Amino acid sequence: MPSLGPDMEAGTLLQWRIKPGDAVKRGDIVALVETDKGIIDVEIFSDGVVDKLLVSEGARVAVGTVLAQLNGGAAPAHEIIEAVPTPPVTPPTPATSAPSVTSVSAAPAPESHRRKISPAARARARELGVDLDRVAGTGMGHAITIEDVLKAAQAAKPAVAEPAHDMRQIIARAMSRSKREIPHYYLSLVCSFAKARDFLDRYNATVDIESRLLPAAVLLKAVAQSAKAMPDFNGFYKADAFKASSDVHLGVAIAMRGGRLVAPAILDADQKSLPLIMTELRDLATRVRAGHMRSSELSMPTITVTSFAEEDVDFVIPVIYPPQVAIVGIGSVRERPWVVDGQVRAELTVPISLAADHRVTDGRAGSRFLATIRNALQAPEQL
Amino acid sequence: MSALPGTVHTMTYREALRQGLRSVLLTQPDVFVIGEDIGKYGGCFAVTKGLLEEFGEQRIRDAPLSESAFVGAGIGAALAGMRPVVEIMTVNFSLLALDQILNTAATLSHMSGGQCAVPLIIRMATGAGRQVAAQHSHSLEGWYSHIPGLRIVTPATIDDAAGMLRAALAFRDPVIIFEHMNLYNLQGELTAEAERADIERAAVRRAGRDISLITYGASLYKCLAAAERLSARGVDAEVIDLRVLRPLDEQTFLASVRKTHRALIVDEGWRSVGVAAEVGMRIMEQAFYELDAPVERICGVEVPIPYAKHMEEAALPQIEQIVSLAASMVKHAG
Amino acid sequence: MSALPTREHGLHLLAEMLRIRCFEDRCAELYSAGKIRGFLHLYNGEEGVAVGVMQALRSEDDIAGTYREHGHAIARGIPMRSIMAELYGKLEGCCRGRGGSMHIFDRERRFYGGNAIVGGCLPLAVGLALGARLTGRNAVVVCFFGEGAMAEGEFHESMNLASLWRLPALFVCENNYYAMGTALDRSEAETNLVTKLSSYRMRAESVDGMDVLAVEARARELVDYVRNERSPAFLEARTYRFRAHSMYDPQLYRSKAEVKEWESKGPIIGLTQRLKAANLMSEADFLQLQRAANAEVDEAVAFAEHGSLERVEDLTRFLYAEQPA
Repeated sequence: MPSLGPDMEAGTLLQWRIKPGDAVKRGDIVALVETDKGIIDVEIFSDGVVDKLLVSEGARVAVGTVLAQLNGGAAPAHEIIEAVPTPPVTPPTPATSAPSVTSVSAAPAPESHRRKISPAARARARELGVDLDRVAGTGMGHAITIEDVLKAAQAAKPAVAEPAHDMRQIIARAMSRSKREIPHYYLSLVCSFAKARDFLDRYNATVDIESRLLPAAVLLKAVAQSAKAMPDFNGFYKADAFKASSDVHLGVAIAMRGGRLVAPAILDADQKSLPLIMTELRDLATRVRAGHMRSSELSMPTITVTSFAEEDVDFVIPVIYPPQVAIVGIGSVRERPWVVDGQVRAELTVPISLAADHRVTDGRAGSRFLATIRNALQAPEQL
Repeated sequence: MSALPGTVHTMTYREALRQGLRSVLLTQPDVFVIGEDIGKYGGCFAVTKGLLEEFGEQRIRDAPLSESAFVGAGIGAALAGMRPVVEIMTVNFSLLALDQILNTAATLSHMSGGQCAVPLIIRMATGAGRQVAAQHSHSLEGWYSHIPGLRIVTPATIDDAAGMLRAALAFRDPVIIFEHMNLYNLQGELTAEAERADIERAAVRRAGRDISLITYGASLYKCLAAAERLSARGVDAEVIDLRVLRPLDEQTFLASVRKTHRALIVDEGWRSVGVAAEVGMRIMEQAFYELDAPVERICGVEVPIPYAKHMEEAALPQIEQIVSLAASMVKHAG
Repeated sequence: MSALPTREHGLHLLAEMLRIRCFEDRCAELYSAGKIRGFLHLYNGEEGVAVGVMQALRSEDDIAGTYREHGHAIARGIPMRSIMAELYGKLEGCCRGRGGSMHIFDRERRFYGGNAIVGGCLPLAVGLALGARLTGRNAVVVCFFGEGAMAEGEFHESMNLASLWRLPALFVCENNYYAMGTALDRSEAETNLVTKLSSYRMRAESVDGMDVLAVEARARELVDYVRNERSPAFLEARTYRFRAHSMYDPQLYRSKAEVKEWESKGPIIGLTQRLKAANLMSEADFLQLQRAANAEVDEAVAFAEHGSLERVEDLTRFLYAEQPA
């Protein structure tokens, strides 16, 4: 049973999509699992042939339980070991030497200080949220291998809490824990959205209907960029310490039918173009509503945005989703009174609020964070 | 083939080849064999022994030492509606027929816009390891595999030796069957699998989860022996027999690598620009993110194969090399 | 019938053939004992050809041959110990143990192998002759090959080129009637090999290869012709190999009676009988020659046995020339 989030202890195997004898490829959806967060597609990370299904449909089992065996048991079930949402950290960039002008080909190659991490280990670490900086390599030339990542993931497995029985309960527990443990502080700032609107109108005039950008894309990108610029708001607070993430996986709170709520991540949102963010957002929304999310998306967010941009809400005062340390609330985008040069006029605005963890940052940093978001919205073409 | 389902016959690789050849001679009247010393002499490697007596000179045709001409004759006869099986004594002599193989057999179908398929089978012995020195020890499977239009197969088992010829005849293309010289005396069981032999898929000869040893031809047995030794060290190696080098069945080894995350290619041919290079590159292209260690290869050292035993051994992949490199790829330093 | 030699020359020819015979017989024994490996093609029965032709050559002349070349190497004067060590795969061998039986080379004695691809020595010989011409050496290139090679395209291309460019090469075809196991009439549409050369406008002659004196006489004539006329020539020496093609050959293609008959006409028996009949040699002389040959082979074997192995680290050495141009 894969871990799909820090608070997940168990899941119900709703439906198998495979049977013994089936050949499976990495990335295949092999089962549907009902979790407290909804029905989630379980993807497999190994190729092979299904040998045995060890858990029957309808059974509820703890995270880490082996669900099925591949290849006569030859392949370890390590692809379903519990995930821990510690973000991977990009290794230091290689040192470079000044290029030789006269004989480029003869210049000695700069010695690489890049850590040796196998491609598969890097991918696995990302899936499991393992911080590669904390993993010692035991492969050839001290490279970090899959096994190293899996060991690190297991070592970092959080203590088991009492089982949760439905999504409301898990949200309840997460929110209670948040309010109990996290000293929130709140700030808000109304920002002009006029320039962003102009930009969107201009852009949308050049593309077909399906490719049009919604305000959410600009807002999400602005938050992601700001989180990248101010890493104190992007990361996890665990074991009495904050660990910033160098990657920005932006959680987007999406309401599901039946009063349920999830916040899957747009991975590396700061690196993605607006059209790509838009595409992914649409895709996420579709899949969330259909109940099909990928485990990696649910376990990854480093900061979350909860948006009411198209609702009738002025100020959002959100609750941080632990172990994250910040959440950005977005109120409705609409015209509000706006004073420019002593004159009041109607301006398209959006109220942006921040709830942040006082153990990590304080209000001054928070206000700079909001200002960074505002500034980003004033130069949308640079997003 | 006379093997009935469920029955097994112990025989040599040589006998299996003969049985395969005999079986198509018996069932397909358009099949005939051309080659040097295949009749009276009984075949340089005795594969065709007894066939002249059974099938006569029209179908078992001794040819003079005229490789270019009799391979070309095979091509022409194939165009004319026959199904020639040409034996070139060894790959070393095939170089004298390379023009016909490459410029004619491999090109005609495509160049004629599909009018002139060349349903020709060429069998030849290949490989090193018998101290026959530089000019008789070539492993040019990789070379031939470079040529579009050819199908290249490397039977390594008794079943494949017996069955691949029939499978090759199912195509209307030039097919080269490479028989490794060191395999002719191999003993094994002929099973009903021979009937199902294809020339399209690679085979997993030993399942394992820690590392994929990818090989073909006689090196298969080095890899299997290495896998046994690795198993004693707690390393579970999967052994892939490529069987078919062109068109290369990449799915089988890619699937294996996706499972084991490590690939070691063992290829008796010279290292540069060879089969191992191609297999390794396909892994890089299609399974890079599955890799948990750099792809490695053990190949023939890039020299003409020397006569002296110790030098020949040093020039060829050896079991111990495979074991130690595979173990270092899998075993964790910590 | 060829003319009688002097006693001294007669004994010399016989001694040369006995050295080869003795060497080859010992090789067969050593091969069976596993001391020599790989392919081994023995020259028994054909000694008269190599020995006869070599008499006509000078030290500046070049020689190229086939994989059945021990006899030529010995007759050319390559020390037997150097050849035997090569067959043992020892560093002291003429090619450091890298070539083995099929690839004997001795640059100093202008002995260019040792080619294991049938016909492969022919274009090489054409090139050696072209080189001799271009560098102004008055050398003759002698190329030995079997009649099986005459079915190869390389033979015909080489004959044409040598004749077209009037190159100083003597092509010696050792016609032993079997290309491995294929009899001449099963491999050649025209079995008169001399006739085949007429289409290349090349002087071509045939000689009884079992008569070393005849071979020598004809070779001298043709070598002089090649050297003086600067034109190639072809010599067919009709001969027979007494042993199998290689050590792994059940000889299904010929009868024991046929082999027996040829053995009775062998070059050593033939010369021995003639020398004795002419009172040029006694049985004691013959036994003395045989003992000397045996002793030389014994010494060569001991030398090879005590030889050393090339260092494995040198495996890639000489892949490229060590001396810059």
